[in-house]
Amino acid sequence: MPLALLVVLLLLTACGGAHLPQSTLTPASDFSADLFGLFKNVFWWAVAVFIVVEALLLIALARFRARPGAAAPKPVHGHTVLEIGWTLAPALILVFIAVPTMRTIFATAGHAPEGALRVEVIGHQWWWEYRYPTLNISAYNELHLPVQTPIQLEMTSADVIHSFWVPRLGGKRDLIQGRTNRIAWRADSTGEYWGQCAEFCGASHANMRLRVVVQSDSVFQRWVDQQRTAPATPAKGSPAEAGQQVYRRSPCIACHTIAGLSQGKVGPDLSHLGSRATIAGALFPNTTEMLRRWIMNAPALKPGALMTPQNLSLQDLDALIAYLQSLK
Amino acid sequence: MKSWLTTTDHKRIGLLYFWTAFGFFLVGGLEALIIRAQLARPDGGLGVSAETFNQLFTMHGTTMVFLALMPLSAAFFNFIIPLQIGARDVAFPRLNAFSYWVFLLGGLFLNASFIAGPLFGADRLSVAPDAGWFGYANLTSRQFSPGPNVDFWLLGLQILGIASLAAGFNFIVTILNMRAPGMRMLRLPPFTWMTLITQFLVITAFPVITVALVLLMFDRFFGTHFFVPQGGGDPILWQHLFWMFGHPEVYILILPAMGIISEVLPTFSKKPLFGYTVVVYSGVVIAFLGWSVWSHHMFSTGLGPIADSVFAGTTMLIAIPTGVKIFNWIGTLWGGQIRFTTSLLFAVGFIAMFIIGGLSGVSHAAAPSDLQQTDTYYVVAHIHYVLFGGTILGLFAGMYYWWPKMTGRMLSEPLGKVHFWLTMIGMNLAFFPMHFSGLLGMPRRIYTYSSDLGVTGFNLASTIGAFLIGLATLVFFWSLLRTRWQPMTAPSNPWGGATLEWAIPSPPPVYNFTVIPTVESRMPLWHTERHAPMPALPERPPAPIHVPGGSWWPMITAIGLPILAIAAISRTLPLVFVGAAVVIVGIYRWAYEPFEM
Repeated sequence: MPLALLVVLLLLTACGGAHLPQSTLTPASDFSADLFGLFKNVFWWAVAVFIVVEALLLIALARFRARPGAAAPKPVHGHTVLEIGWTLAPALILVFIAVPTMRTIFATAGHAPEGALRVEVIGHQWWWEYRYPTLNISAYNELHLPVQTPIQLEMTSADVIHSFWVPRLGGKRDLIQGRTNRIAWRADSTGEYWGQCAEFCGASHANMRLRVVVQSDSVFQRWVDQQRTAPATPAKGSPAEAGQQVYRRSPCIACHTIAGLSQGKVGPDLSHLGSRATIAGALFPNTTEMLRRWIMNAPALKPGALMTPQNLSLQDLDALIAYLQSLK
Repeated sequence: MKSWLTTTDHKRIGLLYFWTAFGFFLVGGLEALIIRAQLARPDGGLGVSAETFNQLFTMHGTTMVFLALMPLSAAFFNFIIPLQIGARDVAFPRLNAFSYWVFLLGGLFLNASFIAGPLFGADRLSVAPDAGWFGYANLTSRQFSPGPNVDFWLLGLQILGIASLAAGFNFIVTILNMRAPGMRMLRLPPFTWMTLITQFLVITAFPVITVALVLLMFDRFFGTHFFVPQGGGDPILWQHLFWMFGHPEVYILILPAMGIISEVLPTFSKKPLFGYTVVVYSGVVIAFLGWSVWSHHMFSTGLGPIADSVFAGTTMLIAIPTGVKIFNWIGTLWGGQIRFTTSLLFAVGFIAMFIIGGLSGVSHAAAPSDLQQTDTYYVVAHIHYVLFGGTILGLFAGMYYWWPKMTGRMLSEPLGKVHFWLTMIGMNLAFFPMHFSGLLGMPRRIYTYSSDLGVTGFNLASTIGAFLIGLATLVFFWSLLRTRWQPMTAPSNPWGGATLEWAIPSPPPVYNFTVIPTVESRMPLWHTERHAPMPALPERPPAPIHVPGGSWWPMITAIGLPILAIAAISRTLPLVFVGAAVVIVGIYRWAYEPFEM
């Protein structure tokens, strides 16, 4: 079995990447690389101990099976030297695990160097809010970060405990109301990294997903500028303009913010919804079809979601979606 | 019927514990199978709703820990401990009966939540506990869990805690005070030793969870804010209290199984337990260290690097006494004449599987590494290698070993081997792939996962394995049942065991020992260098032995407790007085009942 284990693990490490978007075995930041390094250290010791001890067990079983007519076994009660030996041996191995463990604990304590980009992460049942205090923008569910830049995440919760986890970029830390937890990392390369909430947080815990979009400096800057711009006013007579009217008189405004139109704080800000790749806590692609199904009956797609099913005429629905998609 | 309801005989209570706990074990297993069926496929699986799924995994964990594994161990405590120490019964026979009835009623109260929905204006399958067996605050607050679900959980666990505490004190007093002449502490059989250590853990750990549950009850019923951050409370306080109980609880679950295999291995290798004193003391050390590691469940909560280092260190230390035990068990087999009975196979299976669970535990002890594994399926694999591969295999070893003693009937060895191999294949197919699911980023406690994660195949394997375990358990169940139609022909010592329970008939007479034996060695029935085997006990008691009659009052007192819980959950004040009156009258009549040992 250990051999099968090794083969599977090596295969997983090798093929990694895009096929396994939440693998802890293909680290893509300094933080996750440190954790993986420690895991590998423990893993190889464990394999060695496993082989030795299971082999001893199997040898004992094979060699000392009862044979008819054999003399009674010697009634050995113990062996002091052996006892001392097999107390010291694991203790010694543990030293080789404990020292790198302590070192990694302090190295990954979550404090980024001076000048890191600060992002406040706030967990909600069941979506993520990100605030960039130095850039004066916010993002939802999809966290945009510049590549090769130290990042400081400062995390808390608006309700129950959640846990922020993007395996390829780092280990998890809990989001707890009234406390701030920190993660520091520097992503190695651009790309899209998947994550999801790791602490059981109620009905839709399984549906509290997220993406981290790591971008080159220039692409990231363009994204920041886009988020800073007020959402465009739809052209007169366009379907989007009709949709804006639908939005104005809909219950949507009680819970959602669209800059200049509404200031609801219960659900995510929709000012730039059209610029996101996903909706509903990174659960579904941001397509016309998914938006339609989501608006018509959100709780059916995401159990426990607070957004009530909307009873809109098909015409209004299409207009509303056209409007939302125009919010780049 | 009446004689069973009023019994104070430790052997009958042991059998009651066994069958009740086995029933709950089947219920918990059924919950696991629904969970696994749902996860066999990604993106919605079988269509089990998120709410139902959360109830299933909450009740699976709660049931297995509190209603199956602990009371299955308790079945052996009850039946075997008085026999192993040469006593006629436990120290407090009526308290013992009380423990059982409280356990049964607490378990029924918890499980009644599955069908109680209509009483609360909800559907069936909607008010069972759903916040996890660990019940993390502040999800358990009235704000985020408004229904009666969490109330069932916190009241049920308080009831069960009373059963555990009463039994804990009872067995400590029994083991310390009721030993036969010459049964010095270092002559106690290893199972008795591990039971004693376990009971000290019970009486120190259960008060902690009781306090936590009472605080939670005040938060939910009376508007306090112990765990509510908006009110100045702290949800992390719950985690500290819960795991201060929860980690010793792990050792409460595993130490009895370690004791069992420390009986089984010597018997079937015809050799004394290798390093008896070291095995005993390492059990004591594990129990002490077990109290100092609780925060390793909390590495992701941001305790800070110093606390993380300390708890990583203490957790790694616990590997040493555990390793020592494993080496001593292998030392016991080494040089012996091993008879491959089903009982021995399960004991060896325990060692082989527990090693895997122990080693994956080290990667959790390495705190930064754990940041990737905690709350994923990797941990699910770990705890199942420890609690299934460890505790349950150990308990099965005990069942095959002591069943003849408990019932006078032998279990079928061929069926036993089928049971063993199906269990081993099933558990490894179910739990080993979970390591990979976890490492590839699958969190635990999710009712659905994306097919893009690449864990579909591993999950399917886990599901097939789980159903194999289910099949194996049915084989075992059948094997237990069919012994009922066999004659009671088991000899008093079918395996050639060395301890006192094998000196008396199977099943033992109600008074256990015709005369209380005098013990001169650790293995009274074996020929050792210095001692001849103990002479056989007389077949008939030389003088009449007084055996206490039954009592209704333990059961009646126990009935008062669920009445109190029902009063709380239904907000019915008069019922509170009824429940309290039943408890008070029950204790009063119990105290003044003429009853002697």
